[in-house]
Amino acid sequence: MRILIANSSPDPIYEQIVRQFKTQIIAGDLAEGEPLPSIRKLALDLQISVITTKRAYDELEAEGFIDTVAGKGTFVAAQNAEFLREKRMKVVEEKLAAAVEEARLMGMRYDQLAEMLRLLCEETS
Amino acid sequence: MTSDYAIEVTGLRKRFKGFALNDVTFNLPRGFIGGLIGPNGAGKTTIIKTIMNLVRADAGAVRIFGLDHRAHEVEVKSRIGFVYDVPGFWGDMSLNAHRRALGPFYPRWNDEVFDRLASEFALPLTKPFKALSHGMQTKFALAMALSHDADLLIMDEPTAGLDPLFRRELLQRLSALLQDAGKSVLFSTHITSDLSRIADFITLIRHGEVAFSLPKDELLDQWAVARGDAAMLSRIDPAILRGSRRRAFGVEALVSDVAALRHGLGPEVVIDKPSLDDVMVLMTGEDAHAA
Repeated sequence: MRILIANSSPDPIYEQIVRQFKTQIIAGDLAEGEPLPSIRKLALDLQISVITTKRAYDELEAEGFIDTVAGKGTFVAAQNAEFLREKRMKVVEEKLAAAVEEARLMGMRYDQLAEMLRLLCEETS
Repeated sequence: MTSDYAIEVTGLRKRFKGFALNDVTFNLPRGFIGGLIGPNGAGKTTIIKTIMNLVRADAGAVRIFGLDHRAHEVEVKSRIGFVYDVPGFWGDMSLNAHRRALGPFYPRWNDEVFDRLASEFALPLTKPFKALSHGMQTKFALAMALSHDADLLIMDEPTAGLDPLFRRELLQRLSALLQDAGKSVLFSTHITSDLSRIADFITLIRHGEVAFSLPKDELLDQWAVARGDAAMLSRIDPAILRGSRRRAFGVEALVSDVAALRHGLGPEVVIDKPSLDDVMVLMTGEDAHAA
């Protein structure tokens, strides 16, 4: 588990934490059932406020990435394979959407974009 | 006796010649770190002295762990570790003598903890207090405060006169203390960069009044500093404008809702995340409301 905070980032600190945990859970670096540090322990380690850390954990829990068991601690939630796949597809969709937006701004046509995508897919397969 | 609050200050008033605390109200939930910020002379020290019952308020109430701080003064104070900007120790007395004289006042005093901290801080235990440098005096005050298992640490300007190394160490100790969810910390400072990162709540004191008391994340994530030309100010909703300052080449404005700000300001406006210094300067500077 590795969490790195950038002070100069425009993203709030809790978002940086959420994003890094998500990435590691989706990539499988953090396995199901693995314990997370307590809120206060992580705050101590990162030298950030308890509230900031709690907010990150609350968000991760709301999105189903982690479970908190009263008196036991916080753990990586069981990730349903289909749910994970959907999450990863969502990431791809977001990146494509960003690319489409960029293409639109510079006036690329659909067929040009489709051609580019086809070439990229062939290149990596 | 189980209060969710370490400190509840309600409607505090105190009148001095040329200065007054006016209706000061704020809370610190148990298990968190609260920062009192504000310029010199705003009233931070007076508020802390009133909480410690070193200054008697004209009106208002202070509850510590849910207990009135005067009616239960002995119990309340035995559970507070106090680090004061001009520490209340005796100049000619050695550090060791201080420990022997003051330790017994605390039911949970622990000599082992004190000895460990004294060696970690390299305190010269046989020297008289007045022979110590300012930084060393603060370290000694901190060692005393941490040696009686206090539930609440109250510190007035704890980082003034400390080198960066020890300021870091202080932060580390505060977070370590907070590993126990029953412990709380209140500190005052006019050097906001220091302790702002670990603080959970920020209370800004201005001219003897509470300008705001908010969770720090709400402040830093929702507030913003906008920089633009003089015309920008008139396009900002007065309801979210918290302060502004005219500069030679433009205007700086502090707003409390960055989402509401984005509408209709035009492309020449630069929007930044505020630092606590920005907030303090824009809300308390002499020309804070120049517009």
